[in-house]
Amino acid sequence: MPEIKTKQFSAASVAAINDPKLRRALDRVASGFEVARLERIEEVTPDVWEVWKQEARDIKVHTLDHLDYYLDLLYTNVTAAGGHLHFAKDADQANEIVAHIARTRNVKVATKSKSMVSEELALNPVLEAIGVEVWETDLGEYIIQLAEETPSHLVAPALHKSKEDVAELFAEKLGIPYDEDIDHMAATARMVLRDKFMEADLGISGANFVVAETGTLVIFTNEGNGRLCTSAPRIHIGITGMEKVIPSLQDMAVFIRLLPRSATGQRITSYLSMITGPRRSDDEDGPEEFHLVLVDNGRSRMLADPALREALYCIRCGACLNICPVYQRIGGHAYGWVYPGPIGAVVTPNLIGLKQASKLPQASSLCGACREVCPVKIDIPRMLLDLRKKTAESPDKSERSAPIIERILAKLYVRLMSSPRTLAMAVTCGRFLQKVERIVPFSPLTKDGKWIKMAPLPPLSRWTRSRDLPTLPKQTFHEVWKKELSRDDS
Amino acid sequence: MTQTAKITVDLFVTCVIDQLYPEVGVSVVKVLRRLGVSVGFPQDQTCCGQPVYNTGYHHEATKLARRVLEQFRDSEYVVVPSGSCAATLRVYYLELFAEDPKLLEEAKTLAAKTYEFSEFLVNVLNVEDAAAFGASHQGTATYHPSCHLLRELGVKSEPRKLLRSVPGLEEKELEGAEVCCGFGGTFSVKFPHISEGMVGDKIANVQASGAETLVSCDMSCLMNIGGALNRQGSNVKVRHLAQILDADSD
Repeated sequence: MPEIKTKQFSAASVAAINDPKLRRALDRVASGFEVARLERIEEVTPDVWEVWKQEARDIKVHTLDHLDYYLDLLYTNVTAAGGHLHFAKDADQANEIVAHIARTRNVKVATKSKSMVSEELALNPVLEAIGVEVWETDLGEYIIQLAEETPSHLVAPALHKSKEDVAELFAEKLGIPYDEDIDHMAATARMVLRDKFMEADLGISGANFVVAETGTLVIFTNEGNGRLCTSAPRIHIGITGMEKVIPSLQDMAVFIRLLPRSATGQRITSYLSMITGPRRSDDEDGPEEFHLVLVDNGRSRMLADPALREALYCIRCGACLNICPVYQRIGGHAYGWVYPGPIGAVVTPNLIGLKQASKLPQASSLCGACREVCPVKIDIPRMLLDLRKKTAESPDKSERSAPIIERILAKLYVRLMSSPRTLAMAVTCGRFLQKVERIVPFSPLTKDGKWIKMAPLPPLSRWTRSRDLPTLPKQTFHEVWKKELSRDDS
Repeated sequence: MTQTAKITVDLFVTCVIDQLYPEVGVSVVKVLRRLGVSVGFPQDQTCCGQPVYNTGYHHEATKLARRVLEQFRDSEYVVVPSGSCAATLRVYYLELFAEDPKLLEEAKTLAAKTYEFSEFLVNVLNVEDAAAFGASHQGTATYHPSCHLLRELGVKSEPRKLLRSVPGLEEKELEGAEVCCGFGGTFSVKFPHISEGMVGDKIANVQASGAETLVSCDMSCLMNIGGALNRQGSNVKVRHLAQILDADSD
């Protein structure tokens, strides 16, 4: 698995916020996707969109409820089409399956189309260690491979890079003159990669869906690289999570409409590839071998947890990232692992362990925008709340990791709020303190006494870093009610 | 406009209004009374428990939720001048008591009679025109739809409808209105740098709107936005919708 940096979330997010270049990139791309998505919904009308969403969700609910049956059916049909289906319980096993195929077939060069699951497995270094040259061929993935970075967005992996960044990178790594014309840069990448497509023995792809009824792997791409990866080399390996299975080709219809509109605001994806098995005896070309690797790697644990199962409905469109005010501020890398944004804050703790990633579910204002845009209606805020609950009070110590001070504060708060008398006394003390603080030198209050401009202790001092906090007024509502309002009911 | 049979409501004023903004509670009571509603205030009320619930302390939150269930057991209607706290009573309590059939029943009963303030005015009292109960406000205002009101309760048009009917009030468009202000309860102090960024965007949009007053239905969001505006030295005022509807309020 790739390096886990989720524990550094706070520091990484501070750094990201202070990076003006990142902010510009995020503003431009993420909001562009969101504007286009909204236009597409208006076109089909919001009512129709709701019907599609429900249909898609129903398909996912049904399939995940009967996953054993559909995986079995998928196995039968992949095999019947002349392909091989491999189940991998974890990243090591998945990587070994791919490495074994590469070793035994004497693979020297592999081309890859975009696959988040292969990022989750950290497959590339495993292949490189056995002497296979691995080439990412999705333009964004190619850029970050050259830069030795990781994707910062589910759909647009190099979203954090400006065209100037890419021009510099190409000049440095490819030894070409600096040229920030986007078409020229795309042409350069195409030229480099075209040779690799021709040389490759192995093509690796992800899968947006796999169809149980026919054993078909489905990928949505925009650059045509997916077609070359899956058809030119003599071996094709598709790698994806086991939750990507859907029952039938008919079920694809709604996802073909939902996914591109949700992801990039396109009416339809440029290339929709449906691949069933290797080349047939009467086919003129196509790979001789077709393998599909289905990865568990923690997914069955999510399946078993009723509170978190629906995270497996995700079709990785990235709409929740584009709308999320937190993601828009900090970008993808701050999340510290493969899957960023709201859905990442749910998936990551489940795949790498909650204790390790406990910051992620906390880093949300629970505004609910992610749930509103999700094409399969995943209730992300509810799952974030569930993960917070586990962090605070799970009986399982491997999950419970809330700081002791937070627990004490929660208990004190409830104690205080459980007794109106204690609360009233606390308020009296607070008012007294305020009076004293107004007259001390270097008063933390504003001159008029209405605002605290610098609270002495956390958590309030973290509020007053950049915001004023109102002071306690002369009377609480309770007091006003008793004096002025209680007998006034006409 | 108002029904003939006298409606009785109990006010759940919320701890934020009780402790920090009592004048908002006063406006809520005055507006309801002008509409012919009889208003009660159960004295033992404090906090709905959302701050601890949202931070994950469900066991602790249950203690406060049980108090609320008890205090409002006999109420005909419960009116809450906060989308977020109303959502706690209506949505989160059902999750909190999901495993306890008896309390779940009570929570459902409470949820069915609980309304956020603007929602109660428009959907229960059928108020269409704020002028009818004497509301008036000279000046420009813009509206921030708070997230829980909008997305947990689905209350979208009601506050705007009321605001637009206030004589003298000129409404200004707010860019990015439905984007969160960055409060998020404990989120605002756990990740102040992110929260500050969000409220920074919000106040930039508020100032660009040209409105003299920012109106919302949640004082916690307004505490966040108002606190940031005040730090910047802005003279944009923040007001709860009830204060705008209450002609006696400033």
